[in-house]
Amino acid sequence: MKAKIIITPKKAVLDPQGKTVQSALEQMGYQGVAAVHVGKYIEIELAPGADKAAAQKALNGAAHKFLSNPIIEDYRLEIE
Amino acid sequence: MNFAVLQFPASNCDQDAIHAIRLLGHSARYVWHKENSLGAADAVIVPGGFSYGDYLRCGAIARFSSVMQAVKQFADNGGLVLGICNGFQVLTEASLLPGALIRNRDLQFHCEHIFLKTATTVSPFTNKIPPGKLLRIPIAHGEGCYYADEETLARLKVGNQILWQYCDANGNLTDTANPNGSLRNIAGICNERRNVAGLMPHPERASEPVLGSDDGKWIFESIFATLEKKNAAQAA
Repeated sequence: MKAKIIITPKKAVLDPQGKTVQSALEQMGYQGVAAVHVGKYIEIELAPGADKAAAQKALNGAAHKFLSNPIIEDYRLEIE
Repeated sequence: MNFAVLQFPASNCDQDAIHAIRLLGHSARYVWHKENSLGAADAVIVPGGFSYGDYLRCGAIARFSSVMQAVKQFADNGGLVLGICNGFQVLTEASLLPGALIRNRDLQFHCEHIFLKTATTVSPFTNKIPPGKLLRIPIAHGEGCYYADEETLARLKVGNQILWQYCDANGNLTDTANPNGSLRNIAGICNERRNVAGLMPHPERASEPVLGSDDGKWIFESIFATLEKKNAAQAA
C-alpha cells in the first residue's frame, strides 16, 4: 500500500511559483490556463500488511502536524 | 549575560551570533541540536542558516529536534528567545511565533542591506533602539515573505507585536522597500507575552563598524538591558 499526500498552497497565500509557471505556459501558447498552483507530492510506502484505516488516521495527524503547514498549505491524503 | 546559541546541521550564522555577543561584552556558547537541556542560559538565539537543508519546509524539521523542546520550556518559563532568519522560520514552525515565512514574491534570494523601522520600543528586543532611528541591516534569504491570515495580522497590530518593518531610507513603509512581499512590510514580530521574537534581517552581521553598519547592536543592547534589569530585580 502507498500513501500519497498532495500539498498545495492555500488560495489566499501568494504563490509566485504558480504565477511564474502560468505565465510561462501562456508564453508557450497554451490556451485557457486559469491558474497554476505549485505544491509538493509525498509518497509513503506502507509496510506489508499495514491497516488502511489506522494508516489513514496516523498519516492525517502527521500531515497536519509535520508534512504540511496548515497556516499556508492544504493537503489531500490518498491511500491505495 | 550568558547566551545559548543553537546549532543545527547547516546552521551558518551561529558563529556570527557568538562573535557579536562576545564583541558586545557578554558570554555566548553553542548548544548542539541533540542536547536536551540549554544549561545555564539567560537568553537563547536561534541562528540563521539552512537547518536540516531546509528540507520539506524551512524550519520544519528543526522544530522537532531535542533542543527545541528545551527552548519551548525556556520560553514557557518566560525566557528570552530571539530567532534570526532561519531561526525566525524555526520559531514559526514551532508555533512559538504566529504566521509563516514563504518564498520571496520574486522567487529570488535577496542578499542586501535594507532599512528597518522599529514599530515599538516596548519590548525586550527593541527598548534600547534610539527613538526614530532606522536600522540599516543586511538580509540574506529566499523564504522571508511573512504571511499570516487577516485575523492574526489584526491581533499582531492590536497587541503591538509587530517589532520591525521594511522601509525606505526615509522611514516610509513602501512596497518598493519591501524586499520579499511580506504582508504589512513585516520584518520581525514578537509573541503575545513579548519574550519570544523573530526577524529575517541579520543584526549579528551588523554589530560593528568594520562591517559597514553597527545598527544591529541596538537589538542585542536591548536584550542585555532587559536581562540586567531582570537580574537586578531578582537580586533585590
